[in-house]
Amino acid sequence: MNFAFSEEQEELRRTVRSFLEQKSPSAEVRRLMETTEGYDPDVWGQMGSQLGLQGLAIPEEYGGSGYGYIELIVVLEEMGRALLCAPYFSTVALAANAILHSGDDAAKKELLPGIASGDTIATVAFTEDSGRWDADGITMTATKSGDGWTLDGHKMFVIDGHTANVIIVAARTDKGVSLFTVGGDASGLTRTPLSTMDQTRKQARLELSGVPAKLLGTEGGGWETLSRMLDLAAVALAAEQVGGAQKVLEMSVEYAKVRVQFGRPIGSFQAIKHKCADMLLEVESAKSAAYYAGWAAAELNEELPVVASLAKAYCSDAYFHAAAENIQIHGGIGFTWEHDAHLYFKRAKSSELLFGDPTYHRELLAQRIGI
Amino acid sequence: MVDFSFSPADEAFRTEVRSWLSEHLVGEYAAIGDVGGPADETGWDVRVEWEKELGRGGWIGLAWPEAVGGRGATVTQELIFNEEYALAHAPARVSFFGEGLLGPTIIAFGSDEQKARFLPGILQARELWCQGFSEPDAGSDLANIKTRAVLDGDEWVINGQKVWTTLAHHADWCFVVCRTDPDAPKHKGLSFVLCPMRQSGVEVKPLKQLTGSAEFNEVFFTDARTSADLVVGGVHNGWKVAMGTLGFERGTAFLSRQLQFGSEMQRVLEFARKQGLNGDPLVRQLLADAYIGLQIMRYNGFRALSTMLATGSPGPEASISKLYWSTWHRNLGELELQLMGPWSEVLGEGGGTSTYEPDGFQKTFLESRAETIYTGSSEIQKNIIGERVLGLPREPAVS
Repeated sequence: MNFAFSEEQEELRRTVRSFLEQKSPSAEVRRLMETTEGYDPDVWGQMGSQLGLQGLAIPEEYGGSGYGYIELIVVLEEMGRALLCAPYFSTVALAANAILHSGDDAAKKELLPGIASGDTIATVAFTEDSGRWDADGITMTATKSGDGWTLDGHKMFVIDGHTANVIIVAARTDKGVSLFTVGGDASGLTRTPLSTMDQTRKQARLELSGVPAKLLGTEGGGWETLSRMLDLAAVALAAEQVGGAQKVLEMSVEYAKVRVQFGRPIGSFQAIKHKCADMLLEVESAKSAAYYAGWAAAELNEELPVVASLAKAYCSDAYFHAAAENIQIHGGIGFTWEHDAHLYFKRAKSSELLFGDPTYHRELLAQRIGI
Repeated sequence: MVDFSFSPADEAFRTEVRSWLSEHLVGEYAAIGDVGGPADETGWDVRVEWEKELGRGGWIGLAWPEAVGGRGATVTQELIFNEEYALAHAPARVSFFGEGLLGPTIIAFGSDEQKARFLPGILQARELWCQGFSEPDAGSDLANIKTRAVLDGDEWVINGQKVWTTLAHHADWCFVVCRTDPDAPKHKGLSFVLCPMRQSGVEVKPLKQLTGSAEFNEVFFTDARTSADLVVGGVHNGWKVAMGTLGFERGTAFLSRQLQFGSEMQRVLEFARKQGLNGDPLVRQLLADAYIGLQIMRYNGFRALSTMLATGSPGPEASISKLYWSTWHRNLGELELQLMGPWSEVLGEGGGTSTYEPDGFQKTFLESRAETIYTGSSEIQKNIIGERVLGLPREPAVS
């Protein structure tokens, strides 16, 4: 029984933190968030070739380094802390997980090595205009066409959908929800980048008209794969949220120590001190939830569906609350564009709503524990 | 390495605990179930006998060093014991103040004579203790203690009043923080004195609480006497010793509390189902939220424990424990009443009896109001977190 990270995992954390401090400081985040692509191809390449981050949790036989989900948690936590602008979450937490759990060995051999090396940017497109995160929200149709399939319809809120080389699309056949792989440059595919309130995570709308596609996994088995992927993605997102929440807590505490009003640091007033204590309680609890969920994800044990929703609900609330309090504690300066508080505040809100808000996940949890 | 499985040695220990409990937790011990609490004397006499049974089995002082008669169990084993104990629905322990607080204090700060004199009584559940810290003017501001101890020959003479003294009416001894040097600054002139309760200079008056019962007491010391050598950790060094005692209140106790809360959560879920409330989306949200809080309490405990094992000192996650569980339980009490609806008002069978005896959920609702106050109120906990964990500046002293 142990809930502490190993020395190797702590070393990984230090390495990633120091890399991101150099490559993803605030000025760089602000530069990239103004671009349409929303990432720096050089940094993305270094993440793959120098640090091997994209292939961290991909098995060695597919070109990865075969570490587990705990290592991924560590990396995502640091990325959330640094507000890294890169298609890492979409490629690793969504696409790689979907492929890994599709049961499709040919697709694994074909797609995972490119993801592991950093050559491929990938994403998963399943949400549509209805904004639903469940199977019923998937209405796009797939039609059998010769050896392959043709997709018609639209996808919305697709993370990094405009920059991905490989897009995994959920559509319906006679047998139900199924997954398909589509090339980013496929004919009949129109990709429109969206302007988003949180500029650090890019989204796109996809229009598909007779797009040729290849079945991933089995026909009708798409929701099972997606459901597993969504649990793993919820855990990954919880880790990102924890990283951001810890960072805004540090910003608040630092400011409360140096900002003087009425002749004393504002952090000596209980009104501010108690806000910070509440933030610490929630941030530490969020860490416990995310790490425990990370363990369940690493083991792929039966607890995973419950703790994934648990972590997603709790970490979403904790991050948003901390990010909002961070603005309040900073006062006027916290409301300016110049201060980073709004970047975290907006990321916290977009993450809170991604894959279903806390209310949605509490309901999922209620179902999963049999209430 | 983040890993929640247990080693074979730990699993063997678990088997030992489980088989001992199944063999001994029988008859009236099993019949009363996991009733009572540190401040709840339900089933008292049976629980005292059960505690002696535990002592004979060598389960008291589990984590104490073997040299003082303990079992020298590891933190993980202690955790396993607490877990199995709760799962077996064994009665709430009556030796909390002795085993949990005074024993560790004497082991850490006491003399060899004090260890020889007092530890066996705790290990065999022969002597029960109560805690004499709080006073009418020393609550959150604990250092404001006014109870005096003055040396008279080879005895201390104690005068003053303690309050919120849990189960003092059952205790044989009290560990009393007294002022021994009134001229020193308020944290410097205190001593940690052990005083027998069964003497004419000690008067225990029950303090009726808003629950209608009286597990807490006021204790009046009027020329009470105790031997001069019964100061733990040195004369005038009581603040440091008392702070050490409060530190022992944390540790692995979290798991048994969490499991107890887990049983209560199950009762809440069953109640909601039975009343058909589990179809209401709002109720489902509240139940899920309570469940999440309960699970996180457990994960936080595991993390705190792992940090302790790895580094020897508690991390920031340990400091939030009291604030977290007391707030969670208070909220659960409110949810319980919400689920009961108008029936929450009706006491007992509702037959218009004159006794005031809240039961079940009603009891949680009322008792939990004490939990965010005792052993450091939520506001004090937030000051501690703010100042000691986050390093925020203290409030300037009032001149």
